[in-house]
Amino acid sequence: MKCWAYIEIDSNGINQNSFEAIGLASKFGDACAIILGDKADSFAQPAFEYGAKEVVLSADPSLRDFQAEVFASTISDAVKAHQPDLIIFSNTFRNNELAAMLSVDLNCSVISNITDLQLEEGSLVATRPIFEGKAFERIKISSNTSIITIRNRAFDPPIRTACDAGPILQILPSGIGLSKIENSFDVEKGVSLSSAKVIVSAGRGITNNSKMANDDQGSAKIGLDLVKALADELGGAVGASRAIVDGGYLPYSHQVGQTGKVVAPDLYISAGISGSIQHIVGMRSSKVVVSINKDPEATIFEVSNFGIVGDLFDYLPLLIEEFHKALH
Amino acid sequence: MKIVVCVKQVIDSEAKIQIKDDQLSWGESPMVLNPFDEYAVEAALQLKERYGAEVIVLSIGGPEDTEGLRRAMAMGAESAILISDPAYEHNDQLATSSVIAKAIQKIGSVDVVLFGRQTLDHGSGLTSPQVARMLGIPFLGLAGKIEIDNDRVSIERILEESKLIVSSSIPAVISVVQSIGEPRYPSFMGIRKAAKADIPIWNNDAINGEVPQPKNIHLSYIEPTKKDGKCEMINGNSPIETAQLLVKRVLEAKVL
Repeated sequence: MKCWAYIEIDSNGINQNSFEAIGLASKFGDACAIILGDKADSFAQPAFEYGAKEVVLSADPSLRDFQAEVFASTISDAVKAHQPDLIIFSNTFRNNELAAMLSVDLNCSVISNITDLQLEEGSLVATRPIFEGKAFERIKISSNTSIITIRNRAFDPPIRTACDAGPILQILPSGIGLSKIENSFDVEKGVSLSSAKVIVSAGRGITNNSKMANDDQGSAKIGLDLVKALADELGGAVGASRAIVDGGYLPYSHQVGQTGKVVAPDLYISAGISGSIQHIVGMRSSKVVVSINKDPEATIFEVSNFGIVGDLFDYLPLLIEEFHKALH
Repeated sequence: MKIVVCVKQVIDSEAKIQIKDDQLSWGESPMVLNPFDEYAVEAALQLKERYGAEVIVLSIGGPEDTEGLRRAMAMGAESAILISDPAYEHNDQLATSSVIAKAIQKIGSVDVVLFGRQTLDHGSGLTSPQVARMLGIPFLGLAGKIEIDNDRVSIERILEESKLIVSSSIPAVISVVQSIGEPRYPSFMGIRKAAKADIPIWNNDAINGEVPQPKNIHLSYIEPTKKDGKCEMINGNSPIETAQLLVKRVLEAKVL
């Protein structure tokens, strides 16, 4: 089977989840990586080192910024010329837009956010969560070319191995962008929630420091500093419940849950999160969940592996210190 | 200005889903307007207040699936259209998008098409960019703010690591996210009006659609794997000991 894996370039370079796409492609045949961007050629070598046997790339100044229409037309021309059976994207917002448009151009199957892919009696069968992960659906793909986007961290990334570059095929950009980027601001640099192996999340509890009665703002500042310090200690990212984002304590990009991000780190530590269903659907696929909450009845404990009933303002400083001792 | 908001009704988020003989059931839980679509309806009503507009809500589903549309009307949309045809029963992602695109063409002279970011049930997140591509008009994704100036629309696009200001000509398809603001509650008058509203049903002939061959075939529903065992409560003789015990257990789990 001829499998292409799309390598997404963002302001931090290669989106790390792209390597999971190469890993999955390699299971079904020789993986070919497809890379678009003004500096796409500089990312070919890492693609080979993560297992690509071939690279298709378009390095053109017009591809500096992501424009779904142009990226889709460019890939669809290449697909028509080279006829891969399967095109794999990691499941990011941009990639979903791209995959959606590409499916229209190619009039082919597209399935997003899959967690498993098998070859059964000559057909590809994909599994994806539905109803916020309360059930899964198995879907048979009957299409010559098919497009999938894979859930972040659902497939193991391949191990990087030093190697020589393989064949590189240069393609030309095509299509016309229908929108214009007027301005852009980096919200913040740091570990992204989608690729983080560890996430420490803050909930409403950070606004309730018992030593700072009636000072939600002051309390939240100290609470967030503690959450960030623990995340830094563990090399992880900072998440938040909706209450913290609505309260303006952290930007929307940190929100875990139904209307925020669905994450699946190896370790998820929740601090002061009671565990509404809307939050739980966003983190239930985490491998190990640790929760700290004052309320022994908090729902979050139902989806946790380890729990501490207590005040996060007492326990976070102790955990930062104990993890530091244990890991250094 | 004419705005079409594409919405879906879904099973309430609090519902417990059960699978039996490959059929899903959700007890007595009500059907609700997809929470992500509430933001799209809110965005449409904000645009109507600022610039003046006619707001039409459009949905696809069974002939009785009007709950989501009525909720959107109760919030303030003028009218609703339900697309329903038994021929669509096995429609996949791409087929559904083509039906929606056809219906938007039939409505005619639409300036802005709004969608929620995804649905709560199947949640592919692919419909809005597919519809834009089919209609051949600009797609502006993940809008936290929308502004219109003459014949151009600009949005604040909310991405994980950045925020962009993106603009395009009108007509355009826009998907909306939570930052647009809390969806308004329907007024009492709105609820009464919506309950009585006559919602036209368009079938495949009405939209001049074709029934495409599905490329994705449903095989089965499966239960998620449950977390084994209960939560282990860590409780040492002192907070320090508790912290030490927890660190030990986390290290044993080999996730660091």
